[in-house]
Amino acid sequence: MKKILILFAHPTLEKSRINIKLTTAVKKLSDVTFNNLYESYPDFYIDVVREQQMLMMHDIIVWQHPFYWYSSPALLKEWFDLVLQHGFAYGEKGRALEGKTVLSVVSTGGRREVYSREGRNHYSLNQFLVPFKQSANLCRMDYLPPYIIHGSHTITDVEIDQHVEQYIQLLTDLRDEKLETSSLATIEYLNDLYE
Amino acid sequence: MYNQDFFFQALIYLAAAVISVPIAKKIGLGSVLGYLLAGVIIGPFAIGLVGKEADKVMHFAEFGVVLMLFVIGLELKPSLLWSMRKNIFGLGGLQVLITALVITAVALLFNFQLNRAIGIGLIMALSSTAIVLQTLTEKGLLKNIAGKSAFSVLLFQDIAVVPILALIPLLASVGGVIHVEDSTLNNITPFATFPGWVQLLIIVGAITFIIFIGRIVARHIFRLVAETKLQEVFTALTLLLVIGIAIAMAQIGLSPALGTFIAGVLLADNEYRHQLETTIDPFKGLLLGLFFISVGSSINFGLFVEEPIMIVGFVVLLILIKFVVLLGLGRMFRLRKGYEFLFAFLLAQSSEFAFVLISFSQQSRLFDERTAGLLLLVATLSMAVSPLLLIFNEKAISPLLSKFQNKIEYDKVEASDKPIILAGFGRFGLVIGRLLLANNFKVTIIDSNPSNIEILRKFGFKLFYGDVTRPQVLEQAGIKNARLVILSMAEYEDALKVADYLKKNYPSVKILARAKDIYHAFEFFKRHVKIVQLEMFDSANNLGREALTHLGFSNYEAYRAARTFKHHEKQVLTDLYDHWREDPNRFMQESKRFSEQLSEVLQAEKDYSIHEADCAWDVESIRAEEAGNEE
Repeated sequence: MKKILILFAHPTLEKSRINIKLTTAVKKLSDVTFNNLYESYPDFYIDVVREQQMLMMHDIIVWQHPFYWYSSPALLKEWFDLVLQHGFAYGEKGRALEGKTVLSVVSTGGRREVYSREGRNHYSLNQFLVPFKQSANLCRMDYLPPYIIHGSHTITDVEIDQHVEQYIQLLTDLRDEKLETSSLATIEYLNDLYE
Repeated sequence: MYNQDFFFQALIYLAAAVISVPIAKKIGLGSVLGYLLAGVIIGPFAIGLVGKEADKVMHFAEFGVVLMLFVIGLELKPSLLWSMRKNIFGLGGLQVLITALVITAVALLFNFQLNRAIGIGLIMALSSTAIVLQTLTEKGLLKNIAGKSAFSVLLFQDIAVVPILALIPLLASVGGVIHVEDSTLNNITPFATFPGWVQLLIIVGAITFIIFIGRIVARHIFRLVAETKLQEVFTALTLLLVIGIAIAMAQIGLSPALGTFIAGVLLADNEYRHQLETTIDPFKGLLLGLFFISVGSSINFGLFVEEPIMIVGFVVLLILIKFVVLLGLGRMFRLRKGYEFLFAFLLAQSSEFAFVLISFSQQSRLFDERTAGLLLLVATLSMAVSPLLLIFNEKAISPLLSKFQNKIEYDKVEASDKPIILAGFGRFGLVIGRLLLANNFKVTIIDSNPSNIEILRKFGFKLFYGDVTRPQVLEQAGIKNARLVILSMAEYEDALKVADYLKKNYPSVKILARAKDIYHAFEFFKRHVKIVQLEMFDSANNLGREALTHLGFSNYEAYRAARTFKHHEKQVLTDLYDHWREDPNRFMQESKRFSEQLSEVLQAEKDYSIHEADCAWDVESIRAEEAGNEE
């Protein structure tokens, strides 16, 4: 049994359709800690000590957020800047996070096909997520293929409910160690396992 | 010496009320029935503590009805009243007309002469404003659709009393029994001796005068008096206004209750409305109680014992006729889902106006003594029975109906039914109020400083003049369903009093509070008010931040420093509170309060290292590591 920490960053959750349903659902899972960053730190005053302690108490870290300008909302970036300190998360003596697993859960307006060489965004989502992946690497953590929800502006309620179901299943499998993480390297999105 | 007899009477009435009303309420009978029972018990036919003077007491206590209509008027804005016009004249008019016709027809069957039968019909068509409105208020049904309809009917009946009073002498003369004695009529209204057009002119003049007073003069007088901060003068002024209007209306032959109701409506959008209501309320309650007691004590059981079956028969017949007519009208006016039953049961009794009208008819020789006595007894008993009818409706009819129909729909809850109460609208409350209003929240603002009210009202703020430490002010602002209470006033001790009152009576209401200093904040914490803002801290911290930027800090550095300090202060406060709680009885002189706070806070600060908290973008350790690698 692994412990999961969800670091959730959404500045206007009240306007969201997808993340409201996702977050409501995951809060009910046991051994899953839900950390709503914008709710905890509305003035960006991040309690670094508390955040570091929480990281150390969990095995799997989830960065869940909408995709803003090919990256995360500002507060999650601030969280990276302040919490992943040298000497704690990286550096010669920074081994607090070593061996933990990281997963990005991202919702984005564009459809899957626009995130390709031929599409409007020219690069794949995994290419845009390289800074996240490399941050995890620097901290000696394993970065899983991401779970992506595309087309957030046009998605139907039925499709959202399917994602909620898949996401819950994914978290449960990760928690109960039912996912063979070492064999996932070749998969583009984790979603594909549950389609 | 004092008038011993008067005080003895007062003692009996008060004791009767204090003993019987709580008991009646406890067993679910409501206060009206409690008062009536108290009256019966102290009356001449039970233990006989009061007797002859009960009539006088009743006439005096009728003023309670006048006060009640004033208070109800205060709740009704002219625009709201206008929207009720269809119900008042349609529903009310038809109710009086049809009920009077049916009762007249029935009276004819009992061999009354036509003129007497019409008199009985008109008098008995009226329903009791006192009982119905007291019950509606107590059960919180005034805003219910059935309650509103009942109120409309009562309003029309109040208007109808005037022509009925004029008709009675006419009916007496038509019957050819005996011509009405001029002196009798003159006693009631000396005004009636004027020619018709003069009467009309005087009535129009009087109403214009009331409108002028209510709309234009009253506000200035109330403000002047309120600024003296003498509560009793405000009370005196309010009573003066109501009594003055009542006397003026009586002089020109209109119902005093109607006059004060109009005055109330005119003052409904006045900013002193809350204060007026709370001032009048105790008088209204006591007088109404007295009125019900005197009704109870005046029930003539002697007459009842003579012919019990006939009397009971008449009471049942009267209630039945009124009930059926009301039920039909209720259906006609689209009252559905059990509301038509509530409406009909509410109004199925006789009226306190019947007492006046019956004795007037007796003086006018329309009724002989026996008929008058009989009618009085039937009227009184029907009033005494009516609270029981409502209980019957509640316990038997309503559940039965909801079984057959779908569930009764709840009244739509409007936004203003869950008020956000902002107590104190000075420099501090103003900011809160503006922020909430800017985000489209309607705020009920209560302030005790009248000069602020005048200025702010000009800019379209909706606020009331009142003292929140008086429970009634909070009740009227709708505290029961409040979403939030914000104590932003500078009267720090008062704010604690309000917090105490709320924690005791409305523990679920959420409170936010402004605190003078840390000890004031602790007093709030002790009362489980957790969201407390030190009034000076944030603005001083902001100016301190400005100071840092002028001392060479970059803007963002200064901002971070001030933000860190603010969060640090929160921690200091929590820790000091734990410390303070261990020794809460420690006496502290007011003059030493600040230096005490100063030393405590600075002492606590010594143990914190504020600057360690801000290690954002610190590159010292990286530099050291890189330097080490290069060596």
